[in-house]
Amino acid sequence: MTTKMMGEPVARVEDDRLVTGRGRYADDLAPEALEMAVLRSPHAHARIVSIDVDAVLDVAGVHAVYTYEDLEGALAEPLPLLIPHPNLTHGRTQYALAKDEVNYVGEAIAIVIADNRYLAEDAVGLIEVQYEFLPPVVGIDAARAAENLVHDDVPGNVAATMEQSFGDPEADIGGAPHRLTFDLEIERSACMPMEGRGTVARWDPDLKRMSVWSSTQTSTGVRAAVATKLGLDLSQVDVITPDVGGGFGVKIVHPWPEEVLVPMAAKVLGRPVKFTEDRREHFISSAHERGQQQHIDVGFDDDGRILGLSVQFWHDNGAYTPYGLIVPIITSTQLIGPYKLPSYRVVFQSLYTNTVIVTPYRGAGRPQGVFAMERTMDAIAAYLGKDRTEVREVNFIQPDEFPYAHGELSFQDGRPLIYDSGNYPEMMRKAKALVDWDEFEKVRDEARAEGRKVGIGIACYVEGTGVGPYEGGHVQIETSGKVKVSTGLTTQGQGHETAFAQIVADELGVRFEDIQVVTGDTRRSPYSVGTFASRAAVMSGSAVALAARAAKAKALRLAADALEVDVDDLEIVDGIVRVKGAPASQIALGTLAVLSNPLRYAFDEASRAATQFAVGDPTKPPVAEDDEPGLEGKDYYSPMRSTFASGIHIVIVETDPETAEVSILKYAVVHDCGTLINPRIVEGQVHGGVAQGVGGALYERMAYDETGQLQNASFMDFLMPYVTEVPESIEIDHLETPSPLNPLGLKGAGEAGVIPGAAAFASAIEDAENFTITSMPISPSELYALRLSKATDTATERTNT
Amino acid sequence: MKPAAFTFQRPTELSEALAAYAANPGAKILAGGQSLIPLMSMRLTTVSELIDINGIGELSFIEASEAGVRFGALARHAELHAHEEARRVQPMLHAALSHVAHATIRNRGTTVGSIVHADASGEMPVVLTLLGGTLTVASTEGRREIAADDLFIGPLETALESGEIAVEAFVPALPARHGIAFDEIARRHGDYALCGLGVVLGLTEDGGIESVRAGYISVTETPIVVDLTECFPDGIDASSLVAAGEKALEQLEPEGDIHASAEYRAQLARTLTARVITAAHADAKARLFQEVTA
Ligand SMILES: Cc1cc2nc3c(=O)[nH]c(=O)nc-3n(C[C@H](O)[C@H](O)[C@H](O)COP(=O)(O)OP(=O)(O)OC[C@H]3O[C@@H](n4cnc5c(N)ncnc54)[C@H](O)[C@@H]3O)c2cc1C
Repeated sequence: MTTKMMGEPVARVEDDRLVTGRGRYADDLAPEALEMAVLRSPHAHARIVSIDVDAVLDVAGVHAVYTYEDLEGALAEPLPLLIPHPNLTHGRTQYALAKDEVNYVGEAIAIVIADNRYLAEDAVGLIEVQYEFLPPVVGIDAARAAENLVHDDVPGNVAATMEQSFGDPEADIGGAPHRLTFDLEIERSACMPMEGRGTVARWDPDLKRMSVWSSTQTSTGVRAAVATKLGLDLSQVDVITPDVGGGFGVKIVHPWPEEVLVPMAAKVLGRPVKFTEDRREHFISSAHERGQQQHIDVGFDDDGRILGLSVQFWHDNGAYTPYGLIVPIITSTQLIGPYKLPSYRVVFQSLYTNTVIVTPYRGAGRPQGVFAMERTMDAIAAYLGKDRTEVREVNFIQPDEFPYAHGELSFQDGRPLIYDSGNYPEMMRKAKALVDWDEFEKVRDEARAEGRKVGIGIACYVEGTGVGPYEGGHVQIETSGKVKVSTGLTTQGQGHETAFAQIVADELGVRFEDIQVVTGDTRRSPYSVGTFASRAAVMSGSAVALAARAAKAKALRLAADALEVDVDDLEIVDGIVRVKGAPASQIALGTLAVLSNPLRYAFDEASRAATQFAVGDPTKPPVAEDDEPGLEGKDYYSPMRSTFASGIHIVIVETDPETAEVSILKYAVVHDCGTLINPRIVEGQVHGGVAQGVGGALYERMAYDETGQLQNASFMDFLMPYVTEVPESIEIDHLETPSPLNPLGLKGAGEAGVIPGAAAFASAIEDAENFTITSMPISPSELYALRLSKATDTATERTNT
Repeated sequence: MKPAAFTFQRPTELSEALAAYAANPGAKILAGGQSLIPLMSMRLTTVSELIDINGIGELSFIEASEAGVRFGALARHAELHAHEEARRVQPMLHAALSHVAHATIRNRGTTVGSIVHADASGEMPVVLTLLGGTLTVASTEGRREIAADDLFIGPLETALESGEIAVEAFVPALPARHGIAFDEIARRHGDYALCGLGVVLGLTEDGGIESVRAGYISVTETPIVVDLTECFPDGIDASSLVAAGEKALEQLEPEGDIHASAEYRAQLARTLTARVITAAHADAKARLFQEVTA
């Protein structure tokens, strides 16, 4: 038998290339290209009175300068609002180049195309813009106060108000034996991929074709955007995703202004043009996430069972809403986590501020939702004097209750929020075992006796993954026996080349080494959605499995014909189709690939080898009506709804009694992403996610001042953790409850690691400090200030009634 | 993030560099580039001409003698950090350099460049002051030595005159019966400190406290050394350490920024004062014991 690949910790085939500097990123392509630099608004809110580009025109090496005035047709329209929603009553998007007004520091105003980026930046410095200042709205408080407006025609700065509910939470909370109300806050952070955004475009005037290479999470989305904005037919545009140095959500937004401006310039100038975003630009002109204020009102019984929950939150969407309401809708719905709520109401306002746009960042609204729910669980436990795990356990959905529907709530895909499978009690048992939870009280008491402060924190989450609508897979067996697999969604380092090859190896019965996977190339896969929402394994994994099955069916049909046996008597092992029990009677897949194509020019050995076999029905045309030439399989996977992964993180921290520094003593993760394709890749995803969770909980924030200037727009001051700041080891245990929704039982794993970070750290720091933590991230300076304020004021923020 | 145009030269003789600098006092000296290049790339500074001194072999040396440690303008942080003899003669160098940035930056960045950059958040300007070191500078007019106390005249500002290149620095050896310690608190490993502190502590022959001098990082605008000897008339205990922290704070001006409030920096100064003096005391006693038993 071929060695089974599914579930094996196969080493990633892409790593050799990526870690030895042989990856090819957008900036590595077309070294001869002209380069673009962007004039960005230095002001958070201003009207543009005039733009004077005269000084740029005579600069040697400058080829073009464009402002809004130069944009034509669809390019002069606002950029698309990608995901409209009926509740998004006041959606606004920016223009590719600012028209009349700028709404955040970093908004693109003009572009210069020059021989190189140095000259382009020099020229940008020569453009003179006159501004009329408008009062900036910075932060959720200012947005809510609405003394100033971001957009004149958006009253109250409210882009959207949305409410979802089931049951009668007000009555349930009012009638509950206990009730708590409290406020929470979570600050902004950002994806911060090592490679920023980048686009290269080449227009071929002879073939009338536009080729675009973009560092994106959706090549098909960029293709459609470029075609629309430039007035080209879709079939004239190819978008290819080269190696992408991380995405984490920011590169699913499309088109970025630069993504359409680069092809525009390439077409006008008849030269390849390139834009490579620098780090400061990434800070001030891509996207951020996470900023929310939340108000919780919960009623519960003596066991800590929630009887009714009502949540109101205010979501900072930045200056524009190109990605609609996805983030706050996810917060609303994923907040519930693994728990059974008899009644629930969630109301949010999505608010404009004069800051960088907010679009999904790994976790996409879930870290905030989990923060709200897990803080609530801890608050209930503290109030009742109960163990925090017990309170969670009494609220868990039980294994026999799946599929479990949360009232009539609908999820981000617009489908009902129905959990497909899971086993939360077992997950809790595993999590507690990883850290010896029940023994921790002793550990904490002993430490306290020595004057040390240690604490343990826990957070549970459920993550809707693998959202539709579809992905496709294409599996082609070449005459060499090599198998080429294509799927349209893109790769930003997740190991798709490995994971998808593992799936195809098992499905088809070919050697892993003989399979090559291509992603994100519209020439190979013109229909695709993109990589986000932990959907690649579920969507494309399922699609390539189905495509491999189709290819296998055809291979077996041809082989049965050639070997004159029944299909059911055949098996494929290591790329050879053979008769079960009589392996001498065999034919290689490569030979079948030759036979599948009636065009018989003998180019190679495989073609000559094929001449000994005869296939096909001589009474029919060479390609039968219901057949196609070639040995390939193609299929699409489109699920009814999302599948729900889950997990629990537990962290043990020590806080320095004098300096309030937080150190991580242990970090443990139990994770359930259904059937594992490759545990090594999943663990890598968890490790990376935990590192980002540490960043979001203890280090990162977007430090805007009141004028809307981002004060920490560099890695010097935006404190992304180094390897020295993340736990040296992470204890991981897996649980596998396969999803019934797809052929392989898969659930997504990409975002999970980051989701419960802030909640788990808040829980642990609270435990160590013995006072309530309501706002994350938390720095040592802030923790110190909290200590001082708690020392003078022992009243708690929670109003207990 | 590309610098504006500049001209560049890379002399191989100090005299050539000095002549070039004299000819264009608006030029900038390029050493390790770990401070200068980011400033240029972010266009926070524009430079008409760069004089790269990396080709001048004679500036690349470290000499440790019983008198002290002398190191040239091209001695990298990493080289000085790893220099065993230098560490033996003046252990403060190694202790402080462990906290300067990350390995990759220490591989390029020079300790003299760091001193000349005169950032009060940098470790080495304070260390030079604390140890009573000197900087030797040269110009076409000749050489002169500047004592650390006279060197740092303002934030990011030194007493170097136009046309002067720093060629070497000298720190005296740690005297007998003395001990040192250095510690700092940064948000991330290798970041500039929120607050840091180096202490040189001298013992009397019978083990009493003779002197306690502390150099603070990131809590003033220019490098500062505070003499805390008077806080320890009867040796070191919990209450004298608290008093030392308060005394030091009288001369410090901790400020708040996006990473830490002024109050928090003050708390770090207090905490570190106690911790580092305690460590320096232990170090001094250990050295005294060694000296006596040797
Ligand atoms: C991410 C990062 C973190 C860092 N963290 C720290 C830290 O924690 N602590 C710390 O102290 N430093 C830190 N640094 C700065 C680092 O130590 C620098 O190397 C050092 O400050 C300057 O040394 P250099 O040789 O690189 O000087 P350069 O960058 O080449 O020059 C700095 C300045 O000094 C001038 N100069 C340099 N040498 C001479 C000379 N011989 N004569 C006259 N003028 C000269 C230059 O003209 C320039 O103005 C960090 C740097 C980075 C990039």
